[in-house]
Amino acid sequence: MKKILVLSLLAVFGVYLAEVLFKIDFGHQFFLNGVKDFYLTASPDKLKVANVVTSIVVNFRGFDTLGEVTVLFLATTAMSSILYKGRHKLGERAVLFSSSRIVMTGSKLLFPAIILLGVYVFVHGHLTPGGGFQGGVIIATGFLLMLLSYQDYQVSHVVLSVVESLAGITFASIGLIGLLNGGTFLHNFLHTGVLNNLLSGGVIPIIYIAVGFKVGAELTGLIYTALNEKD
Amino acid sequence: MEFKLFDLSIVEYAFFVTSVLIILIGLYAALVKKTLIKIVIGLSILDAGINLLLISIGYLKAGTAPIFSPALVKNMPLTLENIKKLSEGMVDPVPQALVLTAIVIGFGVTAVALSLVIRLYRHHHTLNIDEIKNLKW
Repeated sequence: MKKILVLSLLAVFGVYLAEVLFKIDFGHQFFLNGVKDFYLTASPDKLKVANVVTSIVVNFRGFDTLGEVTVLFLATTAMSSILYKGRHKLGERAVLFSSSRIVMTGSKLLFPAIILLGVYVFVHGHLTPGGGFQGGVIIATGFLLMLLSYQDYQVSHVVLSVVESLAGITFASIGLIGLLNGGTFLHNFLHTGVLNNLLSGGVIPIIYIAVGFKVGAELTGLIYTALNEKD
Repeated sequence: MEFKLFDLSIVEYAFFVTSVLIILIGLYAALVKKTLIKIVIGLSILDAGINLLLISIGYLKAGTAPIFSPALVKNMPLTLENIKKLSEGMVDPVPQALVLTAIVIGFGVTAVALSLVIRLYRHHHTLNIDEIKNLKW
């Protein structure tokens, strides 16, 4: 009975949602003189950033990104405070099986390459697809691989929180320096350079590198908390 | 460079139809399923559907990624006219930036929800919401 009710409700919802969406001409520009044109023009012209998505995320909507990073930090804190239940001992963790030697050696070989890929993705965030969030997630997957394959692999919570706090302080203080120099929070106060150079875009690469470190440290801490959760 | 596949009028809306279906599947799982893990999975699917919907709204037919790469610029002097000409064939970057935010927030929501589920399982030793009496009003 409940299923039929829910299905009919969803059918009504779907019909109305589809009716609205089918009025949109798929694959055509329908916001004439929209914000798209402003962003696409201002990003290579004024900021000299090749990746327009990066310039929107870090510069035009930089305050939004600061809030987003804060939400991620809050999620990490909430998760570790919800799951906190006494200190775990070495070897007491959710992964109860031991890995074979092939997996252990292979992940030891792959780990530096994954970290390098993550660093590449967030250092080149203003030139190629990717950025701080994506690079941070790649770094966290490297740590996940090590944590899954080695039973006694330890990540220092102190180092993680120091990296995270330093990255957060860098982001906020760059915003404050922009406030002092240009009058607005996160104002791009550095020289913007030449389009498609590695050192271009002013503060955008610095902020994205800080975001990459922060996201990598947060997600690593989150995975570590979840894996070492003591029942 | 035209994609002949999208000349059919019904196929044009395949992205919208798929994203609406994904949203409905996620909502169905969140409303009907009894296991808490399945409800969280349903919320995740709902998230993915909304992200797909936003990205497909910003799509431009045969459009390129909104990146002024060296291969695209090709030693062109970057005057305003040239930038305008290049940016006409680019997809909308605003939904992509918003979806990047939405993915991160969705990840945080999923992480907190799953940790709450772990905590509930520890307390009640079951994940069935009918058996957890504290959840009822």
